[in-house]
Amino acid sequence: MGLENHLEGMPVIATRLDEVINWGRKYALWPMPFGTACCAIEFMGVVSSRFDVSRFGAELVRFSPRQADLLLVMGTITQKMAPVLKQIYDQMPDPKWVVSMGACASSGGFYDNYSVVQGIDELVPVDVYVAGCPPRPENVIGAIVKIQEKISRESISAWR
Amino acid sequence: MVERDIMARVQAQFGERVLASYEFRGQCAVTVRPADLRAVLVWLRDDGEINADWLLDVGGVDYLGYPDDDDREWRYEVAYQVYSMAKNHRFRVKVAVPEGAESVPSVWDLWAVANWMEREVWDLYGIRFEGHPNLRRILCHDEFEGHALRKDYPINKRQKLSQPAENLLCDKVEWA
Amino acid sequence: MSDGTSVPPIPSELLTLNIGPAHPATHGTLRLQVQLDGETIVNTGCEIGYLHRGFEKQCETVYYQFVIPYAERLNYMGPVHNSNAWCFACEQFLGIEAPPRAQALRVITSEMARIIDHAVCIGTNLVDIGALTNFWYMYNYREKIYDLYEELCGARMMVNYPRIGGVSQDAPDGWFDKLLTTIGEMQEAVGDVQHLVERNRIFMDRTIGAGVITKELAISHAVTGPCLRAAGIPYDVRKAQPYWGYEKYQFDVPTAEGGDTYDRTIVRFQEMYESCKIIRQAVASIPGGAVMVEDHLVALPAKDKVYNTMEGLINHFKLIMHGIQPPKGELYSATEGGCGELGFYIVSDGSPKPWRVRIRPPCFANYSTFPKIIQGKMLADAIAALGSINIIAGELDR
Repeated sequence: MGLENHLEGMPVIATRLDEVINWGRKYALWPMPFGTACCAIEFMGVVSSRFDVSRFGAELVRFSPRQADLLLVMGTITQKMAPVLKQIYDQMPDPKWVVSMGACASSGGFYDNYSVVQGIDELVPVDVYVAGCPPRPENVIGAIVKIQEKISRESISAWR
Repeated sequence: MVERDIMARVQAQFGERVLASYEFRGQCAVTVRPADLRAVLVWLRDDGEINADWLLDVGGVDYLGYPDDDDREWRYEVAYQVYSMAKNHRFRVKVAVPEGAESVPSVWDLWAVANWMEREVWDLYGIRFEGHPNLRRILCHDEFEGHALRKDYPINKRQKLSQPAENLLCDKVEWA
Repeated sequence: MSDGTSVPPIPSELLTLNIGPAHPATHGTLRLQVQLDGETIVNTGCEIGYLHRGFEKQCETVYYQFVIPYAERLNYMGPVHNSNAWCFACEQFLGIEAPPRAQALRVITSEMARIIDHAVCIGTNLVDIGALTNFWYMYNYREKIYDLYEELCGARMMVNYPRIGGVSQDAPDGWFDKLLTTIGEMQEAVGDVQHLVERNRIFMDRTIGAGVITKELAISHAVTGPCLRAAGIPYDVRKAQPYWGYEKYQFDVPTAEGGDTYDRTIVRFQEMYESCKIIRQAVASIPGGAVMVEDHLVALPAKDKVYNTMEGLINHFKLIMHGIQPPKGELYSATEGGCGELGFYIVSDGSPKPWRVRIRPPCFANYSTFPKIIQGKMLADAIAALGSINIIAGELDR
């Protein structure tokens, strides 16, 4: 378009705003680990040296929901815990994504009884479900990659 | 001392006040009325031969619908597992709790561990412990109605909680 | 201060602080409320039950052998111990005994579970008081133990390895050699971490005198496990009432005197060495033979019998569809778990489903001391003490 001629050699990339923002968002996920049970121990494996989630830019674990944009729900959510999870989700600033890790968080798992919530999608919207009881660390990293793919398809106008 | 000898000593000491006694795979237990519970536990603790100074566990059982069980005149039992560290033997005392009069004297002043364990039995079976300083639910949430481990509580009956408990601080006497 | 001689008191009131249930220092799902005078705790409220998964009710709806995975998920720090303990309780109930090789394999897997339990307990406790390195270091070795489990039975964490009457399969070729290598590395790593913290000034200042469980308190609260041994009482179910042939192995029960957070940590370090010792002896003296009892009422038949003979097929079908038929009765079975005496109280009505399964969770009794041991202490001491009691919410709330 001739614009480059006026920039006198400054490095410039012409792109869409969505692309830039999504690129930034997807490689700088700040997870809030809401770990209640066995899956939380496997998440320790995810962040530890062997599996090392920092290769995917999601290692900066925040225990304050107000500083996080990825809610990882790991473990059984009971009726007693349900309002707490809802409150934590509400406290997270937009844009935010939710990973439901493991059978219990996704569906109640094999705890079909009076005290277990049958899937956290009764409480919060879920982006990625991870199967397994508990899932292997590779599965959790797979879920983070799925979230990244999802982010790259989003538009900033959708979060208004 | 083997558990059978402990049981014999308890029977000799308390006679008619022992409602029933059991033996299975070398483990023995006696059932007593709630009114005698504290006396039996204290005697087991203070008897030189038995010296069961540890209360390891308190757990309820609901016998509603237990097969071939017509002579059991009570619905619930609360089982107290005691242990003697010096003598290295175990024993079990059960207290018979009839339906409609679900009340057992608390032993929290003798063994502090009974505090939470009795709260759990109250929560799951609805058995009241008289003299307990803070008989609140412990595992289920505060808005839960009914008692989950009773046999007539449907396993799938879920109850939602609207608001987490605001104040957990309790009377300091419990921790004195 | 008008005359320059007296300072009026600073107006102060008690601060109520809520910690948890989603707080990193609470290791999952505990909730605390403390009333603070400055930084000193004057009153505490503890709330548990945030992970109450209805284990005991759920057990009443499934057959005895299907409780194994539920039991395993009670204690996710050292899962295989609980399933071993459950199978052992069922065997006691049925009046059978697992073959010697299976018992030795149970000892080995349980001691591996104890090592990784203590490793993560110490690691997370150190994270809470500001030492992150040890956790990453210890976790590497936990992964190595996971690898061994994976090779043994296909799963890394929830292994579902034992069965009522034995274990599901024998160890593969060369597994014991790998185990001994890993145990050697693990022991070195534990030594490294111990040297980092044992005489570390910051660690000692933070933990000595924090969260003291005295002997009297321990007896009154039926505290068991490392917390009890740190208080100076050498009680260990493995020694007091041996099972799985623990009486054959030479090992010590480490104790300490103070009962504080420091002592609990040191006792855990020493227990890890003792576990390594037990594993080495168990591997050296492992008996040959079957790993499952020869009892068609308890053990599933071999796969070639199921596929090629009618009797085997019917036997398999009967066990899966109708379960194990125990006698009527009730029994309390105790083993030494990662945090203390793990008891299963089983009441049976003669049907293949348990009438009542009551667990004696070690953490429950241990944690009930917590409000007392932090009374009058600083808030930071409470955080250090909380990690050192090693509370596993799955077992605490069931």
